[in-house]
Parts: sequence; structure tokens; C-alpha cells
Amino acid sequence: MLEVKDLRAGFEGSEIIKGISLSIKAGEVHAIMGPNGSGKSTLAKVLAGHPSYEVTGGEVIYNGENLLEIEPEQRALKGIFMGFQYPVEIPGVNNAEFLRMAYNARQINEGKEELDPLDFDDILTEKMKMLSMEKKYRERNLNDGFSGGEKKKNEILQMAILQPKLAVLDETDSGLDIDALRVVSDGVNKIKSADNALILITHYQRLLEYIQPDYVHVLSQGIIVKSGEKDLALELEAQGYDWLTPTN
Amino acid sequence: MKTTENTVSDVLEDKKYKYGFKTLIESDTFAKGLNEDVVRAISKKKNEPQFMLDFRLKAYAKWLTMKPPQWPNVHYPPVDFQDLSYYSAPKPKKKLESLDEVDPELLRTFEKLGIPLDEQKKLSNVAVDAVFDSVSVATTHKKKLMEVGIIFCPISEAIQEYPELIEEYMGSVVPVGDNFYAALNSAVFTDGSFVYIPPDTISPMELSTYFRINTEETGQFERTLIICADNSYVSYLEGCTAPQFDTNQLHAAVVELVTMDNAEIKYSTVQNWYAGDMETGKGGIYNFVTKRGKCVGDNSKISWTQVETGSAITWKYPSCILMGDNSVGEFYSVALTNGYMQADTGTKMIHIGKNTRSSIISKGISADHSSNSYRGQVKVNKGAANARNYSQCDSMLVGDKCSAHTFPYIESANSSVQLEHEASTSKISEEQLFYFEQRGISRENAITAVINGFCKEVFKQLPMEFAVEAQKLLTLKLENSVG
Repeated sequence: MLEVKDLRAGFEGSEIIKGISLSIKAGEVHAIMGPNGSGKSTLAKVLAGHPSYEVTGGEVIYNGENLLEIEPEQRALKGIFMGFQYPVEIPGVNNAEFLRMAYNARQINEGKEELDPLDFDDILTEKMKMLSMEKKYRERNLNDGFSGGEKKKNEILQMAILQPKLAVLDETDSGLDIDALRVVSDGVNKIKSADNALILITHYQRLLEYIQPDYVHVLSQGIIVKSGEKDLALELEAQGYDWLTPTN
Repeated sequence: MKTTENTVSDVLEDKKYKYGFKTLIESDTFAKGLNEDVVRAISKKKNEPQFMLDFRLKAYAKWLTMKPPQWPNVHYPPVDFQDLSYYSAPKPKKKLESLDEVDPELLRTFEKLGIPLDEQKKLSNVAVDAVFDSVSVATTHKKKLMEVGIIFCPISEAIQEYPELIEEYMGSVVPVGDNFYAALNSAVFTDGSFVYIPPDTISPMELSTYFRINTEETGQFERTLIICADNSYVSYLEGCTAPQFDTNQLHAAVVELVTMDNAEIKYSTVQNWYAGDMETGKGGIYNFVTKRGKCVGDNSKISWTQVETGSAITWKYPSCILMGDNSVGEFYSVALTNGYMQADTGTKMIHIGKNTRSSIISKGISADHSSNSYRGQVKVNKGAANARNYSQCDSMLVGDKCSAHTFPYIESANSSVQLEHEASTSKISEEQLFYFEQRGISRENAITAVINGFCKEVFKQLPMEFAVEAQKLLTLKLENSVG
């Protein structure tokens, strides 16, 4: 599904990712771990096509296409979803309407019928229930005044509604208390299938107790210093990241 | 959101000012310059009664003693009032008996603007008065309105047919010497619309005037007078465009509204005059307009809703004089400036009667190199016991070269009043737009959603078709300014 080959990218002239390669197949869950500043979020933003990040080398092939040449909006329509670490607040835009806009954008792209607010409401109600989200969040403005935990839940709600092929969740666990973490993880597990893939970006092993990864990659100073199966996460938890820091 | 469907293609299609074309039509235009003879000539051309000529001459004499206002927060080289023509009319072949005899080129022009005037295509629920340069060219649905006693006609016609109404009310809200541009308008106005709603009558349709400036060196000075008698109601819409010229055209209109007991006027404007070149700021309309309503009767109401998206310079303060007890004044405004536009706009609410209420909702959006000022006055006279005002002024900045200013003036001579003022400033960010795009929503639709969210309190005041139009217009204008 996704082939990342020797990817280099940065922000405002400084290179943050210095040659990353990854191969992800449908049905797989990959965890990307690493200390702050190792390039985890940069990788997520580059995959989503954030305009402030510049790709300086390498390539990314997504389902046979050169992903780096595709506009962010088209990437989303092709099934790439990013769960933001810091979801932006958008005052004045109703959450339920925003979700329907996103849903309908995908429907149009796939040549399917758009849903009116009533029909969409059925889907929304079901997904919100799955995430134990209170009804009031549908009428609130998008992320406006949401607590950190509610913002993250709202990201997963969007994921549940859009059913992406490849989801990149950037520190979705940060800011969640243990109950919320469980609810969110259960939600993600329900969305997960043999047809979609998941990249979990996280600082802590905690999330991986709830969402089992097939592979774990450790990122440090812009390169993958170690890859392994899920036991690697436990090792990291016990020993920290220091032993993996590349020697300069 | 229903509006998302039709915007994308529209947006892609008209990146430029789509009304910038000029109609080639033979017109009867006065030589440039202004003096008493020109004022007399206009009056004579219109075959006006003596009182109208006297009105004009009085205004002209006042105007000679006045200077253009210097206090607005806008900057432009002085206008040479002798370098303008004060009368331009499409030349009719003969006197028109019906719409069929209007020059087809004119009808095509209005059709191109989305205002079909001929009988087959005319808008079913909106009566339109179309003003081309200085002259009203066509009014639709006149007969149907007449059946319920509503007068809707060009003001030049009203001066002939209903001189007593004109003599009584013209200048009763905006006196001839009110300000420099109002005085100029009073001296040289050539046409505009007149509406009279008789007592106990709810207008069965929206009334609308569409203004079009076509000639390069003509000032447009139209005059609108709307009178709502006891227990009556009308909703009135105004739209405007102009061709693209490198020089500046002057538009100095006067609008007067009068409401009697329990009457209500809802006046909506979507203004899209040519704003000048986006890159250089060259050309564009100077929009120096005086709009004022007087709630003469008890329990009457005047509501101004404006969406200002054009003009190189805007100087405009639709106001309400709340004389009748329990009368209500409202002002809802979205003012967008981009390119090198400058806007100084707002309102005045003058509370005179008891228990009078007013509310002001102003949304300013500034982008590119533009400057956007809100200027508002709330004045409560001594006798206005229990008057209330609520003002809310929000500004949104797009980019970092533009500016937003707020100048609220509050004055109260009565201690039983309640006045509230709220203000905020926000920014539309690249981060917000990326968030939409990451969810598969196009940039255009994202801007539409954010702007609609910002402006929704104002948009919901507009009649349906106008609201859709206004949303599209704002998206179009901002598309190239964000990011």
C-alpha cells in the first residue's frame, strides 16, 4: 500500500527527516516511536502533504502512485487520513456540518450520492456512540473550546466516518486519560480491517497495549534506528531511547 | 451545506471581476463640469416641477460652501468635480411604451448581470428597477404591485406622478445640506427608485433596484426614497456593478427610508462595484453614499443589511433615527476589503423615542493591502428613556499586510439606558485550510465555510437568493488572498 524510499524532508530550510524507508501493506499496523524532535510528526505531515514541509529527497509510492505529486485534498480523497496531534480550532463552523462536508466530498469523489443532514445524522449518531461522545459535540463549532481529550476523540470520530485506507495517527494518545484512551483505542480497533493500514505515531508504549502493532520502528534524529515486532516497544519502555541514539 | 455544490466551478470560472465589461450604447451625455446652469439643465431635461428645481438649487448653493469630509480613515487624491459629467442616459429612439421598446443591448447587459428584465424571463418573486448610468431603464412587475396600491417606479417618474409625496418626504431624512456628498447628490441626482407602501399592506414580493455605472467619466447620483405607511412592510434589495476602468468613478447616492406606526422596512444591499486593479490599486469606484432611515411612527422598524465587497473607497454609514416610541433600528454588515481597497463604514443609531432599541452586528474582513474601518455612533437623547443598544464588531484578517480598525462613538444623555459593545479580531490561517484539505474538502469550500461561519449572523438576515450570492462573492474575492 505504501512504500517510503529514502525520504528526506524538512521545515523552513532545516532537514528533519534524513532518509526514511518504510513498507506498509494493507491490514498492517506500524508504530513509529521515538523521542521528541526525532521527526515523527514531520513524517506524518509530509505524508498528508502539509504545505509548510518541504521534501528534499526520496519518494513515496501510495497504491502505485507518486504520492508527493498529489495535492493534499486529493490524498485525503484517495484514503489518506491524518489524526492531528494538535487539531486546529475553527470557530463558526459547525462540527456536524464539517463532518458531513468531508463525508460528502468523498462521496462525490467516488461518484456516490451526497447525504442530506438527516441521513448523515444516522451515521454520525452511531459513530459518536461508539466513541462515547456526548451529543453536544455535534452542534459545537469544530474543535472550538474542546478539551484536549475531546479534540482527539473528534479526530477518531472523523476517521470512523471517513473510513480511510491509510490512517496516520499523530500522538493521538497524548492528552487522553486512561478511560478516554481505552474508548479511542476500541474505536480504532473497530475501524481497523484487513483492507486498511495504520501508522501510529507515539511517544509512549501505553497506546500499544490497546492497539497491537505488527511492527515497531524507532525514529531518532531523522532516521529509523531500529525496526522490530511489538516486543521492541516493551524494550523501549524498559530502557528508554538513549541506547538507540545514532552516533554522530 | 447546500452552497458547496455550485461554488467550485463558479469560482474557477471567474477569478477576475466578471462584471468588468462595458456596453457600447449610444448615450446622451452632458459636457463635463458643474455650475448652476447644469443643475437647471438636469431639472429641465426631466421636466421637473418648480419645487424640485428649488430643492436642487438650494442644495447646490449649500454644496458650494462645503468641503469633502476629511475624517474618514481613507486616502485618495482630491476629486475634480469639474472633470465629471453629471448626466448620461442611454439614448431612446422614441418614448418607451413598454419594455419591448427598450434597446435590446441594454436588456442583454442586464441579463449578463443576472438580472433578466423581459416579461418571459423576469424573476417571479422579485420586482426590479434597473438603473443604467443616470437613468432608470425598466421596472418589472409594476402592474401587479399597483393592484395592491404599492407604487414602485423610477424616482423621476414619481416626481411627475406623485409630486406631493416627493415634496413632503424628499430631504426629510437626509436634508440637502447634510454633508458634502448628500448636497451634491441633491443638486444633480438624475434617477433612482421610489417606493410607497400604503397603510396595512405587506408587499407581496421583494422589491429590488440594480445599479449599473457604464460610462467612464460619469458620476452616478441616484436617489432612493421608500415610504412605509402605518402597519405596512417591505423588503428591498439593492445590487450594483460597474465596468472596469483605469480611472475612478464617483458614486454618490442618497437613500432615505421613512416608516410610520408599526411599519417595517428591511433594506438589503450586496455591493460589488469594481474595486480597482488588484495589483496596482488603479481605478475603481469611489462609493460615497448617505443612507438613512427615520422611524417616525411608534413600534416601527428599519433594518439595514449590507454586504460590501467592492469599491476602491467606501464611505458609507446606513443609519437609523429612532423617533417613534418602541422603534427598532438594526444594522447587519459584512464589509470585505482586498487588493488596495479602503473602507470606512458603519452606522449611526440615534435614539430619540422611549424604549427604542438598536443592534449593530458588523463583520469586517480585510485581506491583501487593504484597510477596513468600522465607524459607529450610538447616540441616546435625553428623552429616550430605557433605550437599549447592542453592538458587536468583529474583524477577520487574511494575511499580514492588511489592517482593521474600529471607531465606536457612544454618547448618552439619559441614565436609564443600557448599552453594550463587544469586539473581536481573528485570523483565517493556513493551518485551518490544511485541516479542511486533509479531510478532502477543497480550499474554496474551506474558505466558504470559514467565512460563512464568521458572517452567518449577517447572512441569515439576507433573503435566500442574496445570501447565496453573497457567499459566492466573498469566496471568490478571498480565494487568491488566502495562503
